Amino acid sequence: MSKLSLKQRYALMTRGLDWETSYQPMDKVFPYDQFEGIKIKDWSKWEDPFRLTMETYWKFQAEKERKLYAVLDSFAQNNGQLGITDARYINAIKLFLTGVSPLEYQAHRGFAFAGRHIRGVGPRIASQMQSLDELRHAQTQIHTISHYNKFFNGFHDFRHMHDRVWYLSVPKSFFDDARSAGPFEYMIAIGFSFEYVLTNLLFVPFMSGAAYNGDLATVTFGFSAQSDEARHMTLGIEVIKFLLEQDPGNLPIVQRWVDKWFWRGHRVLGLVAMMMDYMLPKKIMSWREAWDIYFTEAGGALFEDLARYGLRVPKYADVATAEAEHLSHQNWAIFYQYTQAAGFHTWLPSDEEMDWLSEKYPNTFDKYYRPRFEMWRQMEKDGQRFYNNALPQLCTTCQIPMGYTEPSDPGTICFRSAEYKGEQYHFCSDGCKDIFLDEPEKFAQSWLPVHQIFQGNCGGADLGDVLKWYRINVGEDNFDYGQSQDKKLWDQWQADRHKVAG
Amino acid sequence: MSVRAIVDDYADRVPVLDTEANFHGNRVVYLHWEEHLSFCAALAFPLPPAMPWGALLEQIIPTYYGMHPDFKKIDWSQVKWTIDGKELTPDPAKSLEENGVRHKSLIRFWTPGLNGYNGANA
Repeated sequence: MSKLSLKQRYALMTRGLDWETSYQPMDKVFPYDQFEGIKIKDWSKWEDPFRLTMETYWKFQAEKERKLYAVLDSFAQNNGQLGITDARYINAIKLFLTGVSPLEYQAHRGFAFAGRHIRGVGPRIASQMQSLDELRHAQTQIHTISHYNKFFNGFHDFRHMHDRVWYLSVPKSFFDDARSAGPFEYMIAIGFSFEYVLTNLLFVPFMSGAAYNGDLATVTFGFSAQSDEARHMTLGIEVIKFLLEQDPGNLPIVQRWVDKWFWRGHRVLGLVAMMMDYMLPKKIMSWREAWDIYFTEAGGALFEDLARYGLRVPKYADVATAEAEHLSHQNWAIFYQYTQAAGFHTWLPSDEEMDWLSEKYPNTFDKYYRPRFEMWRQMEKDGQRFYNNALPQLCTTCQIPMGYTEPSDPGTICFRSAEYKGEQYHFCSDGCKDIFLDEPEKFAQSWLPVHQIFQGNCGGADLGDVLKWYRINVGEDNFDYGQSQDKKLWDQWQADRHKVAG
Repeated sequence: MSVRAIVDDYADRVPVLDTEANFHGNRVVYLHWEEHLSFCAALAFPLPPAMPWGALLEQIIPTYYGMHPDFKKIDWSQVKWTIDGKELTPDPAKSLEENGVRHKSLIRFWTPGLNGYNGANA
């Protein structure tokens, strides 16, 4: 048999595997690809710049995985956990494992669904590959992070926690929303808005944060995922161009999804903002700087390019940019006062860290946030470390405690509300309120952790019962870093090292 | 707008999770002390509608806000209240319901002259 060219092989192994069904009508075989209102005239117009077949996919990925696991083995054998900057850093990884790695698995399920239900063979194959990528990413992250579980608290029940713990309902509900949409909205939500517009704000800070803080294990899975991410970004941009080119009627639908998923993604990424500004012992850049580079500049160029299709910059992008001055501080304040109910530790920034924050946030930190930290520091000194003992009001859409302030007034909480079928609903922002009003039937089902506790669905009425139901071990996984077993262990390691060094 | 779903009767099929009936006789009530953002968000409580407003003042508020250095300085006769955006002077002898508290109402209060640690809304 003579050897086929790459192009021929790709054509045969992708398009050539497709067929028109005859025993059943195509509309019955693909029941999900029309109700969203998207019109596709010609599926063959789909371009796949990677021209990857499944056969080559397996070969590439197997090779990458072999390298990854070799590095992980050596990290474990050489006690790589001793090389991190400080055990406070590990809390960022706890948040990543419990909050982000399960999303990789959700993305795997979502792309498997899209791959099954999209009629065109080109995007079907691309979705299938991305589905497998996401499953691999979930696996490699769990393997990587499992090493830290041998030494530090908070890693033991990430799957169980993801479906229950109050702050994890934020990333979970984000993906539940995307996965319960139709396949096209899912592709725009995850493929375009998340993977293309916002992914650099998640991965770049995490991976450079890991590198700066001596976490070679995390750097390794980050690098391994990077070549897949390039393919995911290409899929994201291809899907939006394809939809917009196919029918002018697709534009308003796509624009609504871009607006919605930009705002939802921005809310979820607030966790990364707080990690960058507060959780990394050695900082890389501020959230504000990352936002300017990866959203304002890179995103600006992208939307300029997409303007020829009539697509505009996502609604409330200006609000999100203004919020970059406040987001990390407000989120850290939430976790600082509810860390008794969290699976990781929090702490107050040191003097040097506060000075760094003043320098990075000259317009806001000293004026609005430093006084809060100084007050809490005084309370800690007086033996009254501040824990908020009541549960917070949550936003119906993003499910985050309603701790964000008015865009024009950082001294006042932004309260928004709406009525739907005689019920009152509350929101943290105009962005979240608009999303609700667009699909109130969907968000009236929000599983809000605070309300669920009140309804008696979370193990009991007091905090101890709820934490048991979360499987957060009291006195091990939660409370301030200063009193934690993690810190004690880390300090012991450092002392032992000094002894050995003489 | 409404959701685009694959079935026509989507809205009739889905459970609304937070109706008052699901809270075992309580109402969700949100409470927020303005200009004191060291309490990061409004606080949520499940409260019986027949509970007197006075119990809010005597039990709930001191328990959850009492640790703030401004708390002891509050002159309660000067406090400004709103329920769901409407200003009012609540009657402590009357119930939450009689004072206008519905399910998921937001009660905000301002304490004139007190605006947080070092005057920074903290």
